[in-house]
Amino acid sequence: MTAPARTPADAPPAPGEVLLRAEGLAVHFPQRGGPPVRAVDGVDLEVRRGETLGLVGESGCGKSTLGLALLRLVEPTAGRIELDGTDVTALGRRELRGLRRRVAMVFQDPYASLDPRQTIGRIVAEPLEVHGLAPGRAARRARVDELLAMVGLDPSFRDRRPHELSGGQRQRVGVARALAGEPELIVCDEPISSLDVSIQAQVLNLLVRLQRELGLTYLFVAHDLAAVQHVSDRVAVMYLGRIVEVGDTARVTGDPAHPYTRALLSAVPVPDPPAERVRRRIVLSGDVPSPAAPPSGCRFRTRCPDAFEPCPHVDPALADLGGGHRAACHLHGVVGTPVDEAGAALLDDPA
Amino acid sequence: MTALDDTPAGPAEAGQVAAPDEAVGARGLLRALLRNRLAAAALVVLAIFVVVAVLGERLAPYGRNEVSSADKLRAPSLEHPFGTDQLGRDVLSRVLIGAEPSLRVGLVAVGIALVAGVVLGLVAGYYRGLVDDVVMRCMDVLFAFPAILLAIAVMAIRGRGATNAMIAIGVVYTPIFARVTRASVLTVREQVFVRAARSIGAGDLRIMTRHVLPNVAAPIIVQTSISLAFAILAEAALSFIGLGTQPPEPSWGRMLADGRGFIQDAWWMAVFPGLAIFAVVLSFNVTGDALRDALDPRQRSAIESAAGRG
Repeated sequence: MTAPARTPADAPPAPGEVLLRAEGLAVHFPQRGGPPVRAVDGVDLEVRRGETLGLVGESGCGKSTLGLALLRLVEPTAGRIELDGTDVTALGRRELRGLRRRVAMVFQDPYASLDPRQTIGRIVAEPLEVHGLAPGRAARRARVDELLAMVGLDPSFRDRRPHELSGGQRQRVGVARALAGEPELIVCDEPISSLDVSIQAQVLNLLVRLQRELGLTYLFVAHDLAAVQHVSDRVAVMYLGRIVEVGDTARVTGDPAHPYTRALLSAVPVPDPPAERVRRRIVLSGDVPSPAAPPSGCRFRTRCPDAFEPCPHVDPALADLGGGHRAACHLHGVVGTPVDEAGAALLDDPA
Repeated sequence: MTALDDTPAGPAEAGQVAAPDEAVGARGLLRALLRNRLAAAALVVLAIFVVVAVLGERLAPYGRNEVSSADKLRAPSLEHPFGTDQLGRDVLSRVLIGAEPSLRVGLVAVGIALVAGVVLGLVAGYYRGLVDDVVMRCMDVLFAFPAILLAIAVMAIRGRGATNAMIAIGVVYTPIFARVTRASVLTVREQVFVRAARSIGAGDLRIMTRHVLPNVAAPIIVQTSISLAFAILAEAALSFIGLGTQPPEPSWGRMLADGRGFIQDAWWMAVFPGLAIFAVVLSFNVTGDALRDALDPRQRSAIESAAGRG
């Protein structure tokens, strides 16, 4: 990964105010003849203005669903989402359009996310038309050219169609479309994982540059920590519909507090031969349990190498470990919601 | 190694060949059709019929109802190439003039079915749920009746005549368009680009008309061509049993009915209008098949299963 590590110089102005806050957010998908799939099940999350928050977890942990829920592209079953202090979970049709102007999305697969029948110009102009920006043909055309230039595409791409473009070029179009509404927050749903490795760094650098130039805030969803640790100010780790650890990137990757984060980190090769030789991989046993029937107590306990007595009985809360570093693990004190009487007796601090 | 080097489609070259559904633009489509010789011939036949329908009376050597009592039931000759009927009217002239009502009824009827069916199928497939259930069950009810029986029933309610024949045939073919459209909409609505359109704030109407409809156009175009064949056949059938175009206006179906009584003595009365129907219907069918191949071979089974109706 040749992406530039964040240097203090281009880091955003220190911990900003909270731009987006999710509280107890849940998205359950009903299943015919069975319990609902709890794709997202009680997530608390804060995204601060100007930062990049990396959201990491393996396939099926609900991270993409969480991203979709933030734009109300899937409806939350429970919980609250606040954008700048305004609850967006109950917006009407009109205000919803406003939300989707302030929060944009870049999708994983640039082959599927562009309408094959439309020209690049029409794709990028669509948010302008929907939100009534740059009214008039000439103004809109000028703005489209400007947006294409911002993502490093020649204005001549305006009249081409998606199938004429490479994967990297298509993803640039996806970014230009996301920028068109002048959003404050962009949810990047694995924006580079379906691109060639040689193209990944280019698109990543583009996103970093745009953030610096436009003061954007990113929620950067990815399935491996390595992809996000270079661009993220903070990282949130997700497992089976829950956030299990969140904190500054350096803290989370340097001193992981949750066994799942440790396992994820141990899978990342170290670009330093002596260190790589002593690296011990923590290989998790078993499969991810079904999100329709998650384990009682801590959801990770069935695969956790450190599981002990309270894990099946107490659902761990995200406890503060200092400096905004939070983890949901009983190794740092048994805190949370007891699921049965045995659990209630095991709490460190019975309320 | 040389054998390998000769293989025509390396990955690089394969990448340059536009996928079938990407070659669509009207011009590319026409080019693809003309490459198919059968389709090219069918298009020529259809073009001739359209010209005949437009010029009609001006091409006909005799008037539409010009009666010559001396020339009843004459066999084909230089003077009357298709012979004359029991009233001494020139069959060639009536076949030429009859092209216009036949094609017009077919076109308008399919137009009605196309608009109604596509709108219903689009709304049902896009919204799913209760709307889908109600609309599609209604379509199923219409679909359950044999086509001609349903058309006769509609005409029984609305009365005979060419206009009502258009409406009746339109109603009969609406369910096919609704089904073909809905089936395609169901797959397109799940595409990421639809979700992407929603993510930038686009509303349902915009998504349906700008993103979904253009991406379901191919099977609908094919269905239109095939339905035109059936609609012209249906118009002929309705006229044959006296419900469609009313005498003395010339109509192929009507002429066939008149000729039926004289088939032993004057075969030309029935054969020439019959051949005209045959040529137009066959041409629309061949064109429809070719369009289907050119637009999207993958759609073949979907259309066939939805359109299995004579």
